[in-house]
Amino acid sequence: MPQPQPNLTRRGLFGNGLWAAVVAGITGLSAYLFGRTKQAKTVWQIDPDKCVACGNCATYCVLELSAVKCVQVYAMCGYCDLCTGYLDPDPKKLDTGAENELCPTGAIERVFVEDPYFEYNIKEELCIACGKCVKGCEAFGNGSLFLQVRHDRCLRCNECSIAAACPSQAFRRVPADDPYLLKGAKESKPAGESKGIA
Amino acid sequence: MNRRSFLFAIVLAFLLSAPLLAVERFPPPDFETNYSFPTTTVPPPRVDQYDYIDAAVLLVALAVATLLIYRKRCRKGVFLLMLLSLAYFGFWRNGCICPIGSIGNIVMSIFDPAYTVPIVVILFFALPLLAALLFGRVFCAAVCPLGALQDLVIFRPLEVPRSVEHLLRLFAWLYLGLAVLFAATGAGLLICRYDPFIGFFRLGDHSSTLILGASFLIIGLFIARPYCRFVCPYGLILRQLGRLSRRFVTITPAECVNCRLCEEVCPFNAIDKPTAPWPQDQFVSDKRRLALLISLLPILVATLAFAGTRLDGILSRSHYTVQLAERVALEQSGVVPDITPNEILAFKKTGRTTDALYADAAAIRRQFRLGGGILGAFIGLVIGLKLITLGVRWRRDEYQAHRAACLACARCFEYCPVRKK
Ligand code: SF4
Ligand code: SF4
Ligand code: SF4
Ligand code: SF4
Repeated sequence: MPQPQPNLTRRGLFGNGLWAAVVAGITGLSAYLFGRTKQAKTVWQIDPDKCVACGNCATYCVLELSAVKCVQVYAMCGYCDLCTGYLDPDPKKLDTGAENELCPTGAIERVFVEDPYFEYNIKEELCIACGKCVKGCEAFGNGSLFLQVRHDRCLRCNECSIAAACPSQAFRRVPADDPYLLKGAKESKPAGESKGIA
Repeated sequence: MNRRSFLFAIVLAFLLSAPLLAVERFPPPDFETNYSFPTTTVPPPRVDQYDYIDAAVLLVALAVATLLIYRKRCRKGVFLLMLLSLAYFGFWRNGCICPIGSIGNIVMSIFDPAYTVPIVVILFFALPLLAALLFGRVFCAAVCPLGALQDLVIFRPLEVPRSVEHLLRLFAWLYLGLAVLFAATGAGLLICRYDPFIGFFRLGDHSSTLILGASFLIIGLFIARPYCRFVCPYGLILRQLGRLSRRFVTITPAECVNCRLCEEVCPFNAIDKPTAPWPQDQFVSDKRRLALLISLLPILVATLAFAGTRLDGILSRSHYTVQLAERVALEQSGVVPDITPNEILAFKKTGRTTDALYADAAAIRRQFRLGGGILGAFIGLVIGLKLITLGVRWRRDEYQAHRAACLACARCFEYCPVRKK
């Protein structure tokens, strides 16, 4: 490796020119990228239309308890008595006992509204993002239950570990000031901000 | 059969015959009671305002590090600042974003027109580089949390022969090249994926990252800062900029008296000894060898470039689209796995044709062929230039900190008996 001489003058014109060129290169690149920047900050979010509720969200998040949770968009929900996101399709006994619930952690709360309607709420502190209810709701229901990165929990990893493991490339970076991709509200949003894991 | 299971069966039968894509099968009810729909909560990103504070802390830390190294020449201060940086950037801010990983974001935003890099990331990328052009690797000395963690565990550093160091550092060059290639083609952020210490900073992560980190720390007991010296791609860039730096670390505050007291103290093997006088009789053979190496350079570059283009099959398999295309092709060819993989499910959900997918995959493969060629040429250039510079004899009359290798940790300062006049 070249060992430049301690004497500054001997570094000569070439060294100085190179130095100036590199400084200009770095600042120029930064300025160019700065000019192109559309959003100051981005966060990770799941596109519910792409997600297949594979269960990776429960295990791949760097957090012990995944930052992804199930959310309910009430305006889309059918308030069904026989909620296919709530009940096991193959119930052992015909009641709402824990063994008949689909959710492994009992994170879905069923509240009677009026005959025959029930409201379903997600108790986020219990949800592990396994996606079982999402699958059930999407297969036979309205699809009002789906997974979202909850930003009060997410650490905003530079490369989201779940995104790297997502089989459907449902993760993408979204602007931090509009950080959710809720079903039924997306029509107004421009499609395809950026590639999933990329 | 009671009422519920009967209903269940009816509903199931009805729904299974319906198309599988989500439609509003059950229109939201018109409630008779005055029930109002709750709204889905949308908690904002946490500690959002930290981003710019982070950039400010980075700038201040770089400035203080420079001051401590050049003005105060104080190892204790550098060490303290290093601990503070480790606590702040590492454990408090959980390690993201860091300049090392930002290489990926920067490259990605150059090649992917849809991705624009956040301003903070630009600052994290550029500030330590500019600092290195002015004052050497002050970032590595006391600001980088990865370096700090490794610096803490240095126990009994062994001397790695220079030639072995050169060889091992080739791995870092390859890693840098691959990281750039992967980011440019959209295959992912390699550096972030294999960041060995991020698991510690988050105080828990997947066991694989923790194991990787632990192995680096165990090696680090005897080989000081192994990640910094043989892996870190950002450190590699900083090395090159350190060579051009305006000011650089000097072991002695005044004149070296060749007392040799500092000879053994650098755990990173970054102190160059004075050279023996140039044996005159070797001059001709040295010159001939140099000429040979220089003429070898283009051959090396061309060979490795060609080899690189041959790697497109293996390399491109790291890209999601190529993987997907292979799975789909496998399914189409009749090899049906027992369970439908989620990838195929997701692909069917998008409603895209297989032809479009194959075309995409082929395009990505072509990108990898080109990229692999460039990567090969680049590695060839690195090896060639390394050989050439190794063949050149440099003259030194005193003990010096190597400009590229010196991490500016300030350890050697207190060993120099010379005081400032
Ligand atoms: S990993 Fe992807 S497909 Fe699987 S549940 Fe999460 S977002 Fe959905
Ligand atoms: S079934 Fe899984 S995703 Fe749905 S609420 Fe329960 S834990 Fe969350
Ligand atoms: S960015 Fe990190 S914390 Fe957030 S969901 Fe992904 S892995 Fe979990
Ligand atoms: S070489 Fe890399 S990891 Fe080590 S201190 Fe420098 S930037 Fe950090």
